Amino acid sequence: MHAVIPYVTAALLFGLGVYGVLRRRNAILVLMAVELMLNAVSLVFITADVSIRGSQLQASAFPNGEPGYSGAVFALFVIVLAAAEVGVGLAIVLQYYRMRRAVHIDEVELYYESDRQVTR
Amino acid sequence: MTVADVLLLALGAVAVGSGAAVVTTSHLVRAGLYLVVSLGAMAGIYLVLGAELVAWVQVLVYVGAVVVLLLFAVMLTRAPIGASNDLDRPAWPARIVGGGVGLGLAALLTDAFRWMRYDLPAPGTAERMGAEIFGQWVLPFEVLSILLLAALVGAIVLSRPDIGARNGDEP
Repeated sequence: MHAVIPYVTAALLFGLGVYGVLRRRNAILVLMAVELMLNAVSLVFITADVSIRGSQLQASAFPNGEPGYSGAVFALFVIVLAAAEVGVGLAIVLQYYRMRRAVHIDEVELYYESDRQVTR
Repeated sequence: MTVADVLLLALGAVAVGSGAAVVTTSHLVRAGLYLVVSLGAMAGIYLVLGAELVAWVQVLVYVGAVVVLLLFAVMLTRAPIGASNDLDRPAWPARIVGGGVGLGLAALLTDAFRWMRYDLPAPGTAERMGAEIFGQWVLPFEVLSILLLAALVGAIVLSRPDIGARNGDEP
């Protein structure tokens, strides 16, 4: 296994995610692009984990016991974080849609017309 | 080039290709379906790398739950069926920043790892992974469960109009 293949895949996916976040103006599509970025990060975690476990290092290089699996654990954590993020994000998007009948993020007003008071 | 390399290249091409389709297509529903293909290819990469548990969690949580949630949101916001032409903002800043980040990271990682060969370790087992989560990483795990609870409460408070809404917001 050449570790550079999944690493470059992850880098390209992250770039695509950044492109999507900057390009899209529909909030749901922005969330999808964020999912791509999070996935790229967990792919980096998994690849680092596997290549450290597969490398022929001496046991003395790992004073805290057998190496590995931390990357996979953190990939699981990233998946959980993504689930939490998309839950709250979609709640915000749906609430905004209920108030304004639109999901375009470049038209979000930072103050309300009704009370002319800057909020958030 | 071993079998694992060929599989990684093929699955990576599928993941990047359908990821590109996610951020460029003008059909909202198709973007969600391309996201399924991309995340499925990533799960395949995890399987090839031997991280079985993460691969199946990816299929269950991402493809099963997150994408369904996104498609629900697409439908609840009355997205038009078919192509829509108001999904995008001007392309050039996004192209420059996104392409710069992607290609820059790719160049950095290529320079760091060259064509170095690693042996694939024995596939990880769920038992070993559970020992790792509940041994070394038990504190982050607990913090994460509190975060999930907070996200749940936050989503409920946000989506109920009778609590947490300011005066005058009601339609």
